[in-house]
Amino acid sequence: MKNKFFEKYFVFTPYFWLVLFFFIPLAIIFKISISVSEWGMPPYQDIFLFDNGFKINTTFENYVYIFSDYYYIGSFINSLILALISTFFCLLIGFPLAFYIATSNIKLRNILLVLVVIPFWSSFLLRVYAWKIILQNNGIINVILINLGITSEPLQLLYNQYAVIMGIVYTYLPLMILPLYGYLNKFDLNLIEASKDLGLNRFKTFFKVILPLSIPGVIAGSLLVFIPVVGEFIIPEMLGGSDRLYYGKILWEEFFVNRNWPGASALAFTGIIILVLPIIIFQIIYSRWSEKNEI
Amino acid sequence: MKSNIIKSIVIFSGLLFLYFPILVLIFYSFNENKRVMVWKGFSLRWYNELFNNEQIIEAFIISVKIAALSATFATILGVMIGYSLVRISKIPFKSLYIFLSSTPLVLPELILGLSMLLFFISLNNLVGFPSSRGQLTIFISHVTFCIAFVAIIIQARLTDFNKNIEEAAMDLGYNYTKVLYRITLPIILPSIIAGWLLAFTISLDDLVVASFTTGPGANTLPIVVFSKVRLGLSPEVNALSAILMLALLIIGIIYFYFNKKFKH
Repeated sequence: MKNKFFEKYFVFTPYFWLVLFFFIPLAIIFKISISVSEWGMPPYQDIFLFDNGFKINTTFENYVYIFSDYYYIGSFINSLILALISTFFCLLIGFPLAFYIATSNIKLRNILLVLVVIPFWSSFLLRVYAWKIILQNNGIINVILINLGITSEPLQLLYNQYAVIMGIVYTYLPLMILPLYGYLNKFDLNLIEASKDLGLNRFKTFFKVILPLSIPGVIAGSLLVFIPVVGEFIIPEMLGGSDRLYYGKILWEEFFVNRNWPGASALAFTGIIILVLPIIIFQIIYSRWSEKNEI
Repeated sequence: MKSNIIKSIVIFSGLLFLYFPILVLIFYSFNENKRVMVWKGFSLRWYNELFNNEQIIEAFIISVKIAALSATFATILGVMIGYSLVRISKIPFKSLYIFLSSTPLVLPELILGLSMLLFFISLNNLVGFPSSRGQLTIFISHVTFCIAFVAIIIQARLTDFNKNIEEAAMDLGYNYTKVLYRITLPIILPSIIAGWLLAFTISLDDLVVASFTTGPGANTLPIVVFSKVRLGLSPEVNALSAILMLALLIIGIIYFYFNKKFKH
């Protein structure tokens, strides 16, 4: 006997909240992005006008505006490149770490996993701030380099794109390791032995056995890093310089400094489309993969 | 033998990379010098100044209040979603339901913050509420994006939960509500606590969404900290970091305790 009232209550309470406070706000972003901008408060015209009969007052000007100006496109591209590079380094560091944790004995495995994820629990902002301290001109890295005689003058490590990549790889690494570990953990270690017995060397074992079986983990981890990094605002603001402008900063300034709400909304909505697509693609790949591998 | 050495080196350097910045931060919080990077001697001076800094204390109280409230709401709604997705087959527009409850996990906070702000402004123009932004609007925004994190934990827990126990209880005469409150919820309680803790830390740590939805009298701790360290270093923030890091690490350990318990 199922209680219909209860089911409805459980489904619709959060449904109502999410439609009201998540779906409608996203719809409002779209609405404002196709509104005509004007001086005033709010700085856009209504999309439905009733003064001289009913009229729909929409425009794609805002999209044309951001897509025809390299200032916006360039920052988008910068962010995508930044996200690609950061994801690559997270994978490069995260994969061996996740692999070795997954192949440890069970007691050690749990301890290591907790150790890897715990820093993720401490404040994001403060972990970025820690890098600001480390990379200072008189910070610990410069002190070591000077004492080793590698450089005589302190290097300018802060306020450039490399510091931004460093900060991102550091803060997002646990997000890469977790899903990778999740897949590598299910992995039957005997397969590695079997492939060695069959004469494959380490290199081939990695590319023909380990990697293909961990593809969903690689994709999941990469998306968890890639997508938020494209919109990352805090790290470039704290560690970055004026050498590169990123999407997050442009969006922030378009809204708060230029007060161009339709333009900022068009930027945000373009971001949603660009970022939500890979999620859908991933879900398709993942469901095909799980059908094929019967998991 | 050789692969064991490589393994130890990889794991050790990975952990070093993760913990080194945190240790540096804690180390420098004990520096007497006002110039953060020049070591002058061990001192608790900045801890003392921190506890006398009313702006930071006030921001801390506001942040904890918002985090506790939004974590509680997000947990209730997140449990409902997790339960619905695993146990209830008839959900109207199920793909929309999944989309709404999972997208906040990856959507950049900046877009989320902007959409919330524009929503509150439009709502105010339409019905005159909320007339000003502040703690309430931050609370609503935090609930909205914390729900997804709780839902995913509950969903995972319910998926590997043995349904036979629930069916056995029904066979023994428990009705649907009784099974839920006497059997299902108590069994997944550790995951519910874990979800609450995760939502609490996410809300406590959020800067971007709070910056968009804040208003007079609602400067949360990350907003205050960010304004202090955006352009330089602050010895008080070092002391705050050390305390906050340790507190959050402890919450993290408790989280793992609850999330792992009853699993094996």
